[in-house]
Amino acid sequence: MVAPSRRFPPLATLGAAIVVASALIAFAAPLLAPYAPYAQDLAHRLEPPGGAHWLGTDELGRDILSRLIYGARVTLGIVALVSVVTAPVGLLVGCVAGYFGGWVEAVLMRVTDIFLALPRLILALAFVAALGPGIENAVLAIAIVSWPPYARVARAESLTLRHAEFIDAARLAGASGGRIVLRHIMPLCLPSVIVRMSLDMAGVILIAAGLGFLGLGAQPPTPEWGAMIATGRQYMLDHWWVAAMPGIAIAVLSLAFNLLGDGLRDWLDPKQR
Amino acid sequence: MKAASHTARILISAVLTLLGLLLATFLIARVVPIDPALAILGDRASASSYEQTRKELGLDRPLYVQFGRYVASVARGDFGRSALTKNPVAQDIGRFFPATIELATGATLIGALLGVPAGLYAAARRGKVTDHVMRALGLFGYSVPVFWLGMMALVLFYADLGWVAGPGRIDTALEDFVPHVTGFIMIDAALSGDGEAFRSALSHLVLPALVLGYFSFAYISRMTRSFMLQELGQEYIVAARAKGLGERRVLWVHAFRNVRLPLITVIALAYAGLLEGSVLTETVFSWPGIGQYITNSLLSIDMNAVLGGTLVIGVMFIAVNLIADLLYRVLDPRAR
Repeated sequence: MVAPSRRFPPLATLGAAIVVASALIAFAAPLLAPYAPYAQDLAHRLEPPGGAHWLGTDELGRDILSRLIYGARVTLGIVALVSVVTAPVGLLVGCVAGYFGGWVEAVLMRVTDIFLALPRLILALAFVAALGPGIENAVLAIAIVSWPPYARVARAESLTLRHAEFIDAARLAGASGGRIVLRHIMPLCLPSVIVRMSLDMAGVILIAAGLGFLGLGAQPPTPEWGAMIATGRQYMLDHWWVAAMPGIAIAVLSLAFNLLGDGLRDWLDPKQR
Repeated sequence: MKAASHTARILISAVLTLLGLLLATFLIARVVPIDPALAILGDRASASSYEQTRKELGLDRPLYVQFGRYVASVARGDFGRSALTKNPVAQDIGRFFPATIELATGATLIGALLGVPAGLYAAARRGKVTDHVMRALGLFGYSVPVFWLGMMALVLFYADLGWVAGPGRIDTALEDFVPHVTGFIMIDAALSGDGEAFRSALSHLVLPALVLGYFSFAYISRMTRSFMLQELGQEYIVAARAKGLGERRVLWVHAFRNVRLPLITVIALAYAGLLEGSVLTETVFSWPGIGQYITNSLLSIDMNAVLGGTLVIGVMFIAVNLIADLLYRVLDPRAR
């Protein structure tokens, strides 16, 4: 993959800016949030946006803006954990398959294809239901259903590397198969996997929010965006903002990841344009 | 001959995927931190009766034997009994299934009927305002949670504006008057000639189908656009234009003809995706389909029901993909 000289697409820059800003907000949550995320104020419950509470208050009088700010920690934490678990697994499976070829490739890619052909969300649901609700299990379930695309991408990349001269050179120098995959092939597959990851993050956010919404992810009173929508559901007809605000937060963050991923892909691969 | 072996390969891969799905649900059932034997006996049972029950349940056999038995029972249509409804899961699913199909089909129709022209139009006006608007609409569809959009749509179009009926499949007052023939409430209402029930069912279906259809719209329009752009760059299009054909004819007759085939796959994938997306949508709209059945069973850890529902949606998912693959083979003249 050659480093392109074209200008980075502006929309992708916007996406990257939103992602970085959300990460900073999550990091500095205690400094930025006007109220404590769990502080109840029953005298001011279900207040509409404006005044002391910019985005209104929820059914226990908690400040929605503050809960959204702390919620960024949960969502970005899930996204980060899922990437840390899935990317190396997918990378390894794909690179091993692509480099070794033969029956190793046939078996690994068959398994990958099977996973790809299964409905992701619903399998994740079943996994969490079996393991028990909670963030850790939600992350695990999302990870189990999310690695196959990375394996596909990594295999495609390593196929082109398999017969490269520098790989032959490494082999002649006596490097073992494991060393070649780990030290020579995997680093070169990383950029494509990262592009694929930024495209996938929006999906991960949506699945995580869905699990939270169904009560399978973060448990109350944790300020998780999906779970916040679920509680807001009871009040939605008269107090729309309780459910609306967290949904907007989810949409903005996953839109940012989508813009970033789209832009990165177009930028790195002119054929896609 | 070559075509036959290719078809065989498609079939074999579908069967493997099906086995993968069964293995997944089987393993999920095994990781539940509840010992099935203990669940039946209670934890004060003696060691000997515990062993006895384990034997009866086949839990003492090797895993692959258990898996074989599991596959055999699923093949017989035996998904076990639901702890929540006390009915056999297969019977429950039979009752809830038509609603899901009704919703997913309505949504796919909306997505395809709007998405294909939108993608075509965007490709024809590449880089213009229309193209950007379509792209923004599509990107938004990829980014917003379906259950949230559903709730907001309910607040606006049902509670505020009163344009459509609210949650559920039909007004409760009319529910008992529709005879249960096919299970598809709109068809049943139409068959019985009950205009009021039909209108009520339609009014209930419109909003969830639109919300869900929006997601397939996002996908279908995006794919149509990129397929069309690919075709519009081909030399035969240049030739057609050079011949002096009108732009509309070039687009619809020449380019679109070659896009139809890959679009079949896309629409099938969209349909399969909506079967899954319906899980969250049904919850919001109190739509009595498989999705709601699964989510209701989730929290009470009624695993037979959850896994039965998962299997049915998974099988549908695989079947729709298989049909699309086979249809592609039949329709593509190069494959014959």
